[in-house]
Amino acid sequence: MRKVAIVGVGMIPFGRYESESLVEMLAMPALRAMDDAGIGDRAVDALYVGNMAAGMFNHQSAVASALADYLALLPAAADTIENGPASGGSAIKNGLLAVASGYYDLVLVVGGEKMRDVIGPRATDTVATMTHPTAEYIYGVTLPSLAGMFTRLYMEKYGVTERHLAQVAIKNHNNGLLNPYAHIHASITQEGILDSPHSVVNSPIVSDPLRLYDCCPVSDGAAALLLCPAEMVAEFKKPKVVIAGFGQATDTQTVQEREDPTDLKAVRLAAQQAFAMAKQTPRDVDLAELHDAFTILEIAESEHAGFFKKGEGARALEEGRTRIGGDLPINPSGGLKARGHALGGTGVAQVAELVWHLRGEAGQRQVKGAEVGFSLNFGGFGNNVTAFVLRREA
Amino acid sequence: MNVARYWRTEKTRYGLVGETCRVCGKPIFPPRDLCPHCTEAGQDLRTFGGRGEVYSFAHVTDAPAGYTEYQPYTVALIKLEEGPLLTAQLTDVDQSDVRIGMPVEMVTRKLKEEGENGMVVYGYKFRPVMHE
Repeated sequence: MRKVAIVGVGMIPFGRYESESLVEMLAMPALRAMDDAGIGDRAVDALYVGNMAAGMFNHQSAVASALADYLALLPAAADTIENGPASGGSAIKNGLLAVASGYYDLVLVVGGEKMRDVIGPRATDTVATMTHPTAEYIYGVTLPSLAGMFTRLYMEKYGVTERHLAQVAIKNHNNGLLNPYAHIHASITQEGILDSPHSVVNSPIVSDPLRLYDCCPVSDGAAALLLCPAEMVAEFKKPKVVIAGFGQATDTQTVQEREDPTDLKAVRLAAQQAFAMAKQTPRDVDLAELHDAFTILEIAESEHAGFFKKGEGARALEEGRTRIGGDLPINPSGGLKARGHALGGTGVAQVAELVWHLRGEAGQRQVKGAEVGFSLNFGGFGNNVTAFVLRREA
Repeated sequence: MNVARYWRTEKTRYGLVGETCRVCGKPIFPPRDLCPHCTEAGQDLRTFGGRGEVYSFAHVTDAPAGYTEYQPYTVALIKLEEGPLLTAQLTDVDQSDVRIGMPVEMVTRKLKEEGENGMVVYGYKFRPVMHE
């Protein structure tokens, strides 16, 4: 297997794109990534597009074919990769394997979603289609309700409180203020979202115990990476950042079939595989982008990925260890909570964020001296998870 | 859900019919082709008793299309007496009274109507145990 590097990165601010089509939205970060690398007149061999539900959100299928043509990459190979909210992670994985195997040299990975064409209850329904049709979906289950039940169990078992959840939201909103690509640029306080009488208006209950500010926004957004074999990096203009490790694991489709529903087995396994491949440990990691679609997930994933012992993630958060400037900054981008969550875009945006930090290009939110980064993209309610370890190399 | 599939899965929804694995003996709900515990094929149908307790729950105030007229409603994981967990709505209970560990029993209720002339979907919900 060849070692694979990321030589180009591009993103568009997450938020709402009213006048652009999905394909135009995906093209913007793709062009930026190719520019970023200084691709010149080299040909892209293959394109992988992470997208979960263009069929439902935008009434469009075969997105990768459309994008390959729009970007004038023909006759490059092109595939759309769907893995729910981890579609982005899976698209990168496909690019990684294609380059590592020696089959392709230059691969463009784009992840994105244009969710806001569909709003309100219809959007909630579209997202809920990833649940089990006859065991969950028909009972009115939503992703926030699965997260709500998980949160309640985690609170009972590990003493996580509403205050801890609010601290995740506040930290990530603060980080988002520093990120020009973030969907949400708004400072929030514990007073405003939890303690004051107005908190029920500011942060209403969505799926008790979860409030509005425990949930990520519904975003339009896209990001892109250009991959090549590590030995080709010198041909491009950027410092060398490699995909040192990758892992992916599945778990039961439904939460109800898990022996212990608080155990995120796929997170554990995907992270272990990624660290094993990279020959690194969680202690080596300088920053992590975790999948905080709900505040509880940042805490739970920080434990299951191996950064903290089970039940100790909330304390690490409380002690400020996961802030920028702490010993393990988590979600310096603002995470899904503030950078935004554009389904198929998220996994690619997480890795793009790591690359910027490892290159020292992350601006005000830069994690100083970062050499190793970790990202985790959580599909379904934890039933299909991808993890990456990235490393800056000389 | 189309009508044929609706009727095919009726026993599971109305009668809590699941399976017992012939190889490892573990209970399975809902029915499926391969045992999720031992991966072997071959199950016998089995009706679960419909008694259990609330394992966890969330009150939904941001329902998906098709369910908005029923909100707020409570989605729960129910631990059946026979062991398996299942996912269902609670009914006939004040939201503020719901607790983890609360004994519940199955009832058949309307889950939703699929549009004005569409199918009315019935299935299980759970309510607090009325009498011992």
